[in-house]
Amino acid sequence: MSLSVTLDNIGLKKGYNLLISNLNLEAKNGDAISLTGQNGVGKTTLLRAIAGFFSPFAGKISASDDSGPIEPVRFRTELIHYLGHQDALSPTRTTEQELRFQAQYLNANENNYQFAVQYLNLAPLLDLETRLLSAGQKRRVSFARLLIAQRPVWLLDEPMSPLDADQRDVAARLMQDHLSDGGIIIAAVHDPLPFETRIVHLTRPDVKAQEAALVD
Amino acid sequence: MSTKINAAPHAALSLLKRDLGLSLTRGGGPLLAVGFYLTLMAMIPLSLGSDSGTLSRVAPGLTWLSLALASLLSLERLFERDYEDGLFDILRLGPLPMEVIALLKCLAQWMGTGLMLAVLTPFVMIILGAPVDAAFISLIAAILGSLSFAIIGGVGASLSLGTRKGGVLIALLVLPFYVPPVIFGAGLMQAYLTGAPVVQALSLLSAYALFALALGPIAMGAALKSALS
Repeated sequence: MSLSVTLDNIGLKKGYNLLISNLNLEAKNGDAISLTGQNGVGKTTLLRAIAGFFSPFAGKISASDDSGPIEPVRFRTELIHYLGHQDALSPTRTTEQELRFQAQYLNANENNYQFAVQYLNLAPLLDLETRLLSAGQKRRVSFARLLIAQRPVWLLDEPMSPLDADQRDVAARLMQDHLSDGGIIIAAVHDPLPFETRIVHLTRPDVKAQEAALVD
Repeated sequence: MSTKINAAPHAALSLLKRDLGLSLTRGGGPLLAVGFYLTLMAMIPLSLGSDSGTLSRVAPGLTWLSLALASLLSLERLFERDYEDGLFDILRLGPLPMEVIALLKCLAQWMGTGLMLAVLTPFVMIILGAPVDAAFISLIAAILGSLSFAIIGGVGASLSLGTRKGGVLIALLVLPFYVPPVIFGAGLMQAYLTGAPVVQALSLLSAYALFALALGPIAMGAALKSALS
């Protein structure tokens, strides 16, 4: 199946601030894109817009496969994984409860759950309440979601930052496997990912564009 | 394809189970609201005196007032915790629309605390001097009332999402909308105790619960989407 995600001349606002303007981007099967740029330039906002959490202020984000354009709702609810800053774990529930919930909620099968636990070596963490986990451990638990429900487009926000060297290797292998299976990765990063990616450097729009956006 | 069709109910069930578990365990669970309710009821004879004639006359009204206030207690954490933990980022990528997610969360919260309060209501009323044969009708009324409280309260909670410590704001937003069930519920009990027909008040109470069930999720969905964008 061929899948492509296209950002067509999009502009994004946060509050009244124009963060991104006239951005064009196309991602196809096997593409890994690194979004770079200084803090506050809009990397997270862009990822959240692609995930469909809100609509861009200008332009269009679309996806299509062999059979034509994909409806935004289907794209969001069936084809996307979003891993944000927050690890989306309830502090009072155990790792196992959270992972099993995610598996059921995202309609994954039991084998994937077992595979994810094994791949990321989560077995020692399963019985712990997630509030007891370190930042790196939480991130590993978040990564499990990518394996539990198989979805082609991964939107990752600073995926590597809390991980130690060994776990970075595991995560890098995970991502490379996904790419060779025809997946798409769009990641916001400060340190480059340890494999070849297309780098998209985000910069602030010039003052004229920012002022023009204020009027709209 | 069959897995796709089953995805939504499956997901709904898993979310309901998760939230029910959380509403029973997190932050003291139903104990907080139940403790508040019982303490408030225990204070009524202390403040009004122990004359059983007076107490049995005001019992239905005060019980409903306390039920409304106790229902407010757990509203603040209905969406706030999951919002802070970023859990909505997962929920939105699943098969359920935001309206259904919000409704399920309210229902789980209602089952965790509202139903407990409703079950206690007949006992509390009887202790305050209402006749024992009013127990069943007061249970039905309290179940309907607490359901309305839970969903209307969910609308308030979703509107105040993202404001730090929005508890008082929620109370201000939702208390006016708690008035109709309180009127119908307390009126129902008065009618029963004076021997008047109860059908009218019961129908209005049910209508209000259905109204909340139908329109609440739409309002919550819109408020949550705007808070999460």
